[in-house]
Amino acid sequence: MPDTQKKNAFQVFMNGLITENPTFVLMLGMCPTLGVTTAAINGIGMGLATTAVLICSNLLISLLRNIISERIRIPAFIVVIASFVSIVEMLLKAYLPDLSDALGVYIPLIVVNCIIFARAEAFAFKNPPVASLADGLGMGLGFTGAITILSAIRELLGSGTVFGAQLMPESYEPMAIMLQVPGGFITLGLLLILVNGIRKGLARRKELKAKEELA
Amino acid sequence: MNTYLTILIGSILVNNYVMNKFMGICPFLGVSKKVDTALGMGMAVTFVMTLACFMSWLVEHFLLVPFDLMYMRTIAFILVIAVLVQLVEMALKKLSFSLYQALGVYLPLITTNCAVLGAAILNSDTGYNLLESVVSGCSAALGFTLALLLMAGIRERLSLSQMPKWMDGFPGALVTAGLMAVSFMGFGGLIK
Repeated sequence: MPDTQKKNAFQVFMNGLITENPTFVLMLGMCPTLGVTTAAINGIGMGLATTAVLICSNLLISLLRNIISERIRIPAFIVVIASFVSIVEMLLKAYLPDLSDALGVYIPLIVVNCIIFARAEAFAFKNPPVASLADGLGMGLGFTGAITILSAIRELLGSGTVFGAQLMPESYEPMAIMLQVPGGFITLGLLLILVNGIRKGLARRKELKAKEELA
Repeated sequence: MNTYLTILIGSILVNNYVMNKFMGICPFLGVSKKVDTALGMGMAVTFVMTLACFMSWLVEHFLLVPFDLMYMRTIAFILVIAVLVQLVEMALKKLSFSLYQALGVYLPLITTNCAVLGAAILNSDTGYNLLESVVSGCSAALGFTLALLLMAGIRERLSLSQMPKWMDGFPGALVTAGLMAVSFMGFGGLIK
């Protein structure tokens, strides 16, 4: 990550949300991305749970970065992350039991979501708390946005609804495969082609603009 | 005996962790460019996952349940796995350097392989006994290895063929995985 030190909190936030979107650009955290995205509400729930853990762990690790020695940082990260995941797990079980059931084993598996680990290692361990907080928020919301889009597409094609509201006409025959494993892989693959295309187009436009300004 | 056979076939083919439960996708996409490395990763995962299921069962039934600490399960299991990976790495280095060289680079990655933690948690949720847990962990890892090897074989061939530029890399790998998952769905009716 080049000169993140010089960026202000807002730039760090936008970097996580768009420029280095964890799902579409860094390709991290694939398991929950594919596993829970059968309904838009699950996607948003998973995304927000992950965001909460990411913000807390980023903040705490950043605060402790001068205390934790370099050599035992990995176990330290694991303990911090696992504690916050346990808290989120218990809160969800107590206040949102339906969502907790729908997400199932993927909630404890937030512990091994590579996004959280990667941000602790690559960002929070090297940056002050405010920037780390912004990074956690940006990355978390970037992840939430990406998996909400993915799950909305899968829900629309797989059951004809989005967030439980019927959108497709009555005569629409739901494609069951979209809700199953192959649908997840293929939808994400196609979505990625689209995102890559847009990113390339934008980069080319920027280049052209820069050239025009030079000329 | 029948139970164990059901668990074995169930975890390898019918409920394959990668193709059916979406676990272990990161190494599945990340380490599947070459068959050799895929085999190394698969062996390392099999080793750690079998041990992890054994250890996590012991931890659950001799520590968490007697002391009423089940809410600490996630932390306890991930620590068991992290410690185990570290121990395996050190033991391999001392005992068999050739094996360490073959598997060494993959070992640190296994801590964050969600299939390992997932297997431990699912075993504990299902309420398997010790032997069932170990068999289920081992066969889940074999299923992971199978999927990884198949994927690596396909990707080796794909890298030689002319892929459209916009499909190259991750999008192509994801669509390939999707088609593989379709074929794995064919095992669906094998056991009830």
